[in-house]
Amino acid sequence: MGEYFSNIVMILSKYWQVFLVTGLKNTLVLAAITVFFGAILGVLICLGRMSRFKPLNWVLVAIVEVIRGTPMLLQLYIGYFIVPKILPIAVSDFMAVAVALCINSGCYQSEVFRSGIQAVDRGQTEAARSLGLSRRQTMSRIVLPQAIKNILPALGNEFIMIIKDTSLASTFFVGEIMTSYLLVKGKTYLTMECLMITGAIYFILCFVLSKLLGTFERRLKAHD
Amino acid sequence: MIKTVDLHKSFKIAGQAEPLHVLKGVSEHIKKGEVVSIIGPSGGGKSTFLRCLNMLEIPESGQIFFEGVEITDKKIDINLHRQKMGMVFQHFNVFPHLSVKENITLAPVLTKKKSQAEADEIAMALLERVGLQDKAEEHPGRLSGGQKQRLAIVRALAMEPDVMLFDEPTSALDPEMVGEVLDVIKGLVKSGMTSVIVTHEMGFAKEVSDRVLFMDGGVIAESGTPSDVFNTPQNPRTKEFLSKVLY
Repeated sequence: MGEYFSNIVMILSKYWQVFLVTGLKNTLVLAAITVFFGAILGVLICLGRMSRFKPLNWVLVAIVEVIRGTPMLLQLYIGYFIVPKILPIAVSDFMAVAVALCINSGCYQSEVFRSGIQAVDRGQTEAARSLGLSRRQTMSRIVLPQAIKNILPALGNEFIMIIKDTSLASTFFVGEIMTSYLLVKGKTYLTMECLMITGAIYFILCFVLSKLLGTFERRLKAHD
Repeated sequence: MIKTVDLHKSFKIAGQAEPLHVLKGVSEHIKKGEVVSIIGPSGGGKSTFLRCLNMLEIPESGQIFFEGVEITDKKIDINLHRQKMGMVFQHFNVFPHLSVKENITLAPVLTKKKSQAEADEIAMALLERVGLQDKAEEHPGRLSGGQKQRLAIVRALAMEPDVMLFDEPTSALDPEMVGEVLDVIKGLVKSGMTSVIVTHEMGFAKEVSDRVLFMDGGVIAESGTPSDVFNTPQNPRTKEFLSKVLY
């Protein structure tokens, strides 16, 4: 046990930059990109699914079901190989994987948005429409502001999931924390110690985020 | 002011092959300044008929004319016409994320009828009229049911509608709050507002209405002055219904 501990201290003193500078930075950048573009994509998919044009709904349902029904790692592989081929610009491995993550997260987030919007009482829409507001005004001024409060807890979970899911991108050595683990383990052969360090970083990251989101939620609720 | 011609509406019910036929040909003419109450048993089509008048429910067949315009025509902009038809719901449907004042000013400002300053001024005057001026900056979550419904009424009035539609405005209220809401509606009706009121408050219907419609089985089974319908009902179903309710 003492040996483990001294090994961990040794690894941290020697390789802390690999974990906490390169790895952490790349994980945060990858997660931020995924959350941001995933949210945009999620809103678009969600609006498309609520549109009166039914074929659009069917196509989007099919896409969401395929993404939800296949492993994320498989989607990352497909993104890794296909994205550089279809985009006209040069794409790094990092970006190719990021695109796949965004599509995956967009599909999950669209479901979160949709359930949040549907949870707003239909009477709210009826009241707004009866006052002569358009569908768009009703959505943006009445339904969405109320839906956000329903959405936030689930969206917080989704963000935490994304942080953990970015670890799958290490399969392609894109430089996030799990890649740091692979690098340092390859150099030191101290597998368990490296895993402990990596696990601790993920845990602290997710725990802090979860607490922050909790505070944010309580603040929103306080306005009611 | 509002004329309907042979309205039909049915609802599909999950798990049932046959749709439920709620309106079976309703033709009616509501004149300017008239106060019309609609009474009748649950499931008779009262609320559905009322909700068709501003196209919250879209009838399958038949026509609705509002101030001479056919609003069942798909080409018209229904939003413009709804701005002239206020509606009050059984469950109030006040906007919980907005302050009491914002509840009132939102629609007039968004539909560009009023500037924010004008709308604020009107909102305060309306709130004073229903005794809620002290609550202007609060959120509706703090209001009682009766206060919420009074807010919902003035929210509709802020659009300066030509007609008001009331869908069982007191059915979801605690008994001691029914009076305060009915008083507001009475005041409104006395000021000459054309109103259509779906209600289970028979005494109220008898007192304020120019005309009472008795709806049952998806049709208007009887129509007449309050004294005709309440004192000398002709239709056996009206007689039966009135014999069962207290008023």
